[in-house]
Amino acid sequence: MERSVEGRAAGAGGTGARGNGSGPGVADAVTLNHGAGGVPMRLLIEETLSAGYLDHPVDGIGLAAMDDGAALRLPGGTWLVLTTDSHVVHPYRFPGGDIGRLAVAGTVNDLAMMGATEPLGLTCALILEEGFPRAELEAVQASMVEACREAGTTVVTGDTKVMGRGEVDGIVLNTAGVAVTSRVVTDAGLRPGDRIVVTGTVGDHGIALMARRHDLEFDEELLSDVAPINALVRAALEAGGEDVVALKDPTRGGVASALHEMAEKARVSITVREPEVPVRPSVRAAAEILGLDPFHIANEGKALVGVRPGAVDAVLAALRAHPLGAEAAVIGTCGEDHPGRVVLDTGLGRRLLTEPIGEPLPRIC
Amino acid sequence: MSGADAGPVGTASGPGPAPAGGAAAAARADAVSDARVSRDAAELRFRDPRRARELASALEGVCRQIGRSPVSVMHVCGSHEQSIAKFGLRAILPDPLDVIMGPGCPVCVTDIPEVDEAVALAQDGVRIASYGDMLRVPGSAGSLSDAQARGAKLDVVYSPADAVELARGTDEEIVFFASGFETTAVATAAVLLDDPPPNFSVLSSHKYIPPVMEIVAEMPHTRVEGFLAAGHAAAITGSAIFERFVDRHGLPVVVAGFEPLDILAGLLTLVELIRDGTPAVVNAFPRCVTPEGNRNAQGQLWRVFRTTGGRWRGIAHVPNGNLRLRDEFARFDARRRFEIDVRRLWDYAPSQLTQVCICGDIMAGIAAPTDCPLYGEACRPDTPVGACMVSTEGTCRIWHQYGGHPDL
Repeated sequence: MERSVEGRAAGAGGTGARGNGSGPGVADAVTLNHGAGGVPMRLLIEETLSAGYLDHPVDGIGLAAMDDGAALRLPGGTWLVLTTDSHVVHPYRFPGGDIGRLAVAGTVNDLAMMGATEPLGLTCALILEEGFPRAELEAVQASMVEACREAGTTVVTGDTKVMGRGEVDGIVLNTAGVAVTSRVVTDAGLRPGDRIVVTGTVGDHGIALMARRHDLEFDEELLSDVAPINALVRAALEAGGEDVVALKDPTRGGVASALHEMAEKARVSITVREPEVPVRPSVRAAAEILGLDPFHIANEGKALVGVRPGAVDAVLAALRAHPLGAEAAVIGTCGEDHPGRVVLDTGLGRRLLTEPIGEPLPRIC
Repeated sequence: MSGADAGPVGTASGPGPAPAGGAAAAARADAVSDARVSRDAAELRFRDPRRARELASALEGVCRQIGRSPVSVMHVCGSHEQSIAKFGLRAILPDPLDVIMGPGCPVCVTDIPEVDEAVALAQDGVRIASYGDMLRVPGSAGSLSDAQARGAKLDVVYSPADAVELARGTDEEIVFFASGFETTAVATAAVLLDDPPPNFSVLSSHKYIPPVMEIVAEMPHTRVEGFLAAGHAAAITGSAIFERFVDRHGLPVVVAGFEPLDILAGLLTLVELIRDGTPAVVNAFPRCVTPEGNRNAQGQLWRVFRTTGGRWRGIAHVPNGNLRLRDEFARFDARRRFEIDVRRLWDYAPSQLTQVCICGDIMAGIAAPTDCPLYGEACRPDTPVGACMVSTEGTCRIWHQYGGHPDL
C-alpha cells in the first residue's frame, strides 16, 4: 500500500540536495532518497504519512503493519485484502515490459504477498501529460490487458486526468486491487529455523532499467522480470499450507531491504548463503561494472517465501514446477543470534547485508 | 626523492627474496593452474571458497607461530578495502591479525585548500569537470556540489579524456579538477601530452603513494608491521619501487591484487615475512605487476608531473606526496592560468561536526570508523561529514556499505 514502484533516479553527481545533518529522516523537504525504499522511506511513512491514521481501530492488518497491503476482516471468517500502487518509471518502456505491465503486476503481486492470490478486480487511475502520443497510450493499455489476462483478473473501474505540458512527466499510473482470502500471510511470520526461499533470479528488473539508462549492452539481453506471480505464489501456498509463514516481494530496495523488514518484524536473524542466490551472469556482470549490488536492486516478478523447515522441499518443488519459478532456490535460514539483522555468508567470509540508502547509483570514480 | 628527480626507482632488480614460506605462493599458483575450472573460470579461480579456507587456515597457523597479538598490517587502497568488506574476509581472518586501511582513498586525502581552490574557481564562473566523488568532498566553505546548488557549472566526467572532449565542444574554459594516485595521474598526463585544446587546463590534486607510506611507518603511534601494496598502482610503478622503503624502514611490502584469493594470499606472504623477520618486497600479483612496471606510463607520468610536498587531509605534510604540473605544462596548469583566491571562502564557518570528525586518524590507521561518534549517526553516505564517508573508496563509506566489521 505504501509503494510507488519506481522513483526517478537522481542524476549522476546529484544536485547538491543534501540533508541538514539530521540523518535519514525528513528534514525540511522530501528528497529523492525518501522515494527509494529502504530506511529513509520507512521513516518518512512512520514520521509523517501515517500520522493520525493509527489512532482509529482497524479490524485486521492496517497501516501500522507496514505490509504490502491491508487485510480487513469480513463476516464469516474471510479477509478482504486491498492494496494500491502509483507508478512512475523512467523510461516508461523498458526491456521486458512497460509501465502498464509494471502497474498490474505490482498490484496483483502485493495482493499475493498477503496470501490473496485471486484478485477480484483492479482499478486504474491515469494521469497523462498533454501531448502524450496516442500510439504509446494504446501500447501501455495493451500490455495492461495482457498482464491482467496472465493474472486472471481485469480492470473494473478507473479515472483519467490530463495535465498541461510540463505539469507531469508523460504518464503516471495508479492501480488498486482487491481480493478475498481465507488465510492472510504477512511478512512478519518468521521464527528461528525457518527457511527463506526466493522464487527466481535476483536483480533483473533494476539492472535492465539501469543498463538501458546507461546504454550498456551485453551478449545476453538484460530483461526486466516484471510479471504477475499470483499463480506461482498460489502453487507455493497449496504445497506448503500453514507452513508458508511469510511472503514479501523484493521490489525497491531489493532482496536486502525485504529481508531486513522480515527479520526486524519477526525479531529473527536471517543468514543468506550468497552462492545459493540465483543471479543471471549478465546481471552479475552489469552490476559489477556499474558498482551495484544485485541484492539492492529492484525485482518485479519475484517473491521471498518464509517456510517452516519441514515443508521446504514440497514448496520448492511446487515453485520449480511453475514456469516462473524454475530457478527457485533456498537461500537462507532464520536464527536467534543478531535479531533483526541479515548476515551474508559470501562463501569466502561473512558480513552484514545492509539496506541500500537511496536509489542505487552507478559508481562514478 | 626530490623535485625533478622524483621519478620511479628505475632499478630493474628482482622482486626481492622469494617468499620465506612458500605456502602463499604455492596456494596461488595452485589456484591459477587449477584445471577443473572450465566453466566461469575467473569466478572460480579467484573466488574459490575451498582455497579461501585453506589460506585462512594457513594464516591462522602463521599468526600462532608469531605468537603475539595484534599482528597489524596496513593496506593503502580503497579497492582492497572494498574487496575485504564485500566478501566478508575479516570474519575468516585469525583474531590476532589486524588488517588496517591506511591513506588509500585519493578523494579522502584531497586537502581542504585544494577543494577550496576548485570551489573558488567554480564560484568565479569557471566550468569545472571532475570525478563524481570529488563533487561532494567538503572544503572549508562547502563542496563543489554546494557551489553547484548556488549556480556553479560542474560536469561529472569518467576520465580526463571526457573532460578534454568537453573542452573541444565549447569556447568556455574547462578546468579538470584531477584527483587520484599515480594510477589515475597517468591518464591525466596522457591527455596533456596529446595536444589538448587551449581552453583546457588541469587543477591537480594528484597524490603519490610511496612517500606517504614512509610517513605512516614513522608515525609515533603506528603499530604497522608490514604493508600490502596496491596491485594496480604497482602495475604502473613496478614492485621494485618499494625496495628503498623496505631498506629504510625494515618493514616488508607485498604487492597484492584485488580478488579475495589475491588478498588472502598476499596477507599470508606478508605475515610469513613478519614471522621470519624478513623485510623484503614480494610481488604476489605477478599476472599484472612486474618489478620495473609500465615504463611507457612512467615516462608519461614524469614528463608531465613533478612531486612537491603538501598536506594530505588529516594526515600530515607529506614530502613529495603531491603531483604538480611541470613548468613545460604551465599553460595547462589552472593554478597558473587563473588567479585563485580562496581567502574569501574562509568567511564561512566550518560545520561544528567537522571538528568531531576523526577522518585523519582513520586514514592514518590509528582509529577505526566505529571509533568515531559521528559514524552511522550524523555522518552517513547521504549526509557525509568527513571525506571518508563521501568516496566509495573511503573507509567509513565502505564499512557503512557492507555493515562494518561486527563479530559474526
